[in-house]
Amino acid sequence: MGLLNKLDDPYYGGGIILGKVEDILNWGRSKSDWYLQFGLACCAIEFMAVNASHFDFMRFGCIPRTSPRQADFIIISGTVTFKMAERIKVLYEQMAEPKYVISMGSCSNCGGPYWEHGYHVLKGVDRIIPVDVYIPGCPPRPEALEEGMIRLQEKINKQAIFNKRKRLAEEEKQELIIDN
Amino acid sequence: MGETKKVEFEYSQIDSERMRLNVGPQHPSTHGVLRLEVELDGEIVTEVIPHIGYLHRCFEKHCEKMTYPQVIPYIDRMDYICAMNNEWPYVMGIEKLMGIEVPEKVEYIRVIFAELNRIANHQIAIATFGLDAGAFTPFLYLFRDREFILSIFEKASGGRLLYNYYWVGGLAADVHKEFKEDVLSIVKQVRETNKEIADLLLYNKIFIERVANVGILPADVAISYGCSGPVARGSGLAFDLRKDAPYSIYDRFDFDVVTGHGEVGTVGDCFDRNIVRFHEMEQSCRIIEQAIEQMPMDGDVREKLPKKIRPPKGEIYTKAENPKGELGFYIVSNGTDKPERIKSRGTSFVNLSVLPEISKGYLFADLIMILGSVDIVLGEVDR
Amino acid sequence: MQAQEIYEKLKAEFGDAIIEFNAEPFFDPFVLVTTDKLFDICLYLRDTQGLEFDYLSCLGGMDYKENLGVVYHLYSIKLKHTFVIKVTVSKENPFVPTVERIWRTADWHEREAYDMMGIQFEGHHNLIRILCPYDWENFPLRKDYVQPDEYHGMKVPY
Repeated sequence: MGLLNKLDDPYYGGGIILGKVEDILNWGRSKSDWYLQFGLACCAIEFMAVNASHFDFMRFGCIPRTSPRQADFIIISGTVTFKMAERIKVLYEQMAEPKYVISMGSCSNCGGPYWEHGYHVLKGVDRIIPVDVYIPGCPPRPEALEEGMIRLQEKINKQAIFNKRKRLAEEEKQELIIDN
Repeated sequence: MGETKKVEFEYSQIDSERMRLNVGPQHPSTHGVLRLEVELDGEIVTEVIPHIGYLHRCFEKHCEKMTYPQVIPYIDRMDYICAMNNEWPYVMGIEKLMGIEVPEKVEYIRVIFAELNRIANHQIAIATFGLDAGAFTPFLYLFRDREFILSIFEKASGGRLLYNYYWVGGLAADVHKEFKEDVLSIVKQVRETNKEIADLLLYNKIFIERVANVGILPADVAISYGCSGPVARGSGLAFDLRKDAPYSIYDRFDFDVVTGHGEVGTVGDCFDRNIVRFHEMEQSCRIIEQAIEQMPMDGDVREKLPKKIRPPKGEIYTKAENPKGELGFYIVSNGTDKPERIKSRGTSFVNLSVLPEISKGYLFADLIMILGSVDIVLGEVDR
Repeated sequence: MQAQEIYEKLKAEFGDAIIEFNAEPFFDPFVLVTTDKLFDICLYLRDTQGLEFDYLSCLGGMDYKENLGVVYHLYSIKLKHTFVIKVTVSKENPFVPTVERIWRTADWHEREAYDMMGIQFEGHHNLIRILCPYDWENFPLRKDYVQPDEYHGMKVPY
């Protein structure tokens, strides 16, 4: 972050930073995202692998929470069936604002290999909840999930908190996506 | 420190109400999207009703709509932890129907990959079982080792988790040049970690307190419920399809069928089911070493791939010993390039059905351990 | 024991209840039996000395277009031999006696066959859907199944 580099800059007199409060808040939010510990299908195994020693998800500041109330974002890792879809909607609604969704793998993006004959498969989790980041792959490699995480952090960094007009425009855009 | 006050009471004096509790489908210890409806009397489990189907992905419907080779990727996605093992019985069944003899080299590679995948599966099983008991460190150790196994699969097939590698009549691609050395180094690594895991987790006194004498499954109940794999072998039943109905080239290898014998508690408890998995990893290492020694390096793995896969009219039930037990496919062919019907006997589906039977009368905390010791994968339960 | 011998044993015991024995090439040898004697035949196969089919490997519902069927794959852990039994029922009247009291594993298998094919197992203690949601309509694995347009307000087709 450019913000922190300024601390060492002698011209600023040390310890004084000039910047927007929004940037500081967003920086903090993007670096400590807690996720809901929740797996669905094949992708959940890769998700577990990301949590384990080789890929070390915690270096992104991500800590698993078992309760949706404490989670900032949810990773939909796998096929969403109709029996499960209603539960996922409830889980999403239980999470506190601001909340984000990563859709991991082709199944939750668009139905994946089950798109044609899967009578019991929801073709895309974005039909029930809004999605922030889509990760392609069946299943995506752990590196792909990590990139998805970085993209989510970028998104959080750019978000408006105080600028009401900008914020409302963002929310409106998201509602449009769900309606379609 | 003041004196602790001794409280004396009789259990019968406590009023305990019956309570119905929902575990899952989103619960960190149900290994996926399983929902258990539990009836509790105080803290004692009186009834468990599993509700499954939260991951029902219409596997059998897809089989009827796809051609024979197209079905293989869907089979990968059934038991996604051991995809190599899954493909095998299906491919073997069609080879039997079409009368294809696969080359020697292919058989050896199949055995080696199946056994490596068995090790990877048991590593996940033990890791998550430890996680259920509150032990996080073994999880990190075992997943580190699993990555080495996956890297070999990746070099051969291109996929980390789902491979589409066993094809009818051969394999999708040949192995790389340093295959033998790589596999042997993995075997060495697995053995080293296993030593640590035994000290750290399996023979840890705290862990034994949690799992010994919990969830006892007698052998006759296991047979009646159709249990197979480590669940049946944990009850002292020497039932292993690699020995009982030898397929492929398993009769060439020298290995033991590991059974539970009540090392720290009763035969057929959670500890036994878990320790069977642990010792099976060693047996798999033995098979791999023998196979590496005998395996020819020259030969074409794609030599016998048929141009057209169109088995004659007929039906066959093929089965193989998966890490979780007997995986069977009932393949009905009508003479065209699409199967008439494929019925899969999901191992986890059958093994899970014994859960209500073995978890009655234990504490609620034990229920999680019992479920972990059965080692299910919801993709295979719901298909 | 070979399938031929098992068939002869069954034929001597049950006579007309055994409709057909098939040992053509490319087929696992099987017998076709009538539904009303199915329970007795299964019990006989499990309890007779020398047969001892104590392990039900697989139970699958089938759709033969004009009628429905159930296939039982049996295995003996002690004697290591296999056998296949089939029954067929009409689509209008798909009643088959349950075998869950012989092999407990049949409980879930039969619920699955009911869920997917709509085969009614008489005497089953809890014959409800197992994989599909409890309020799902129709039987998905039948050949004439058509996907619904929506479920609880969610669109089903792509």
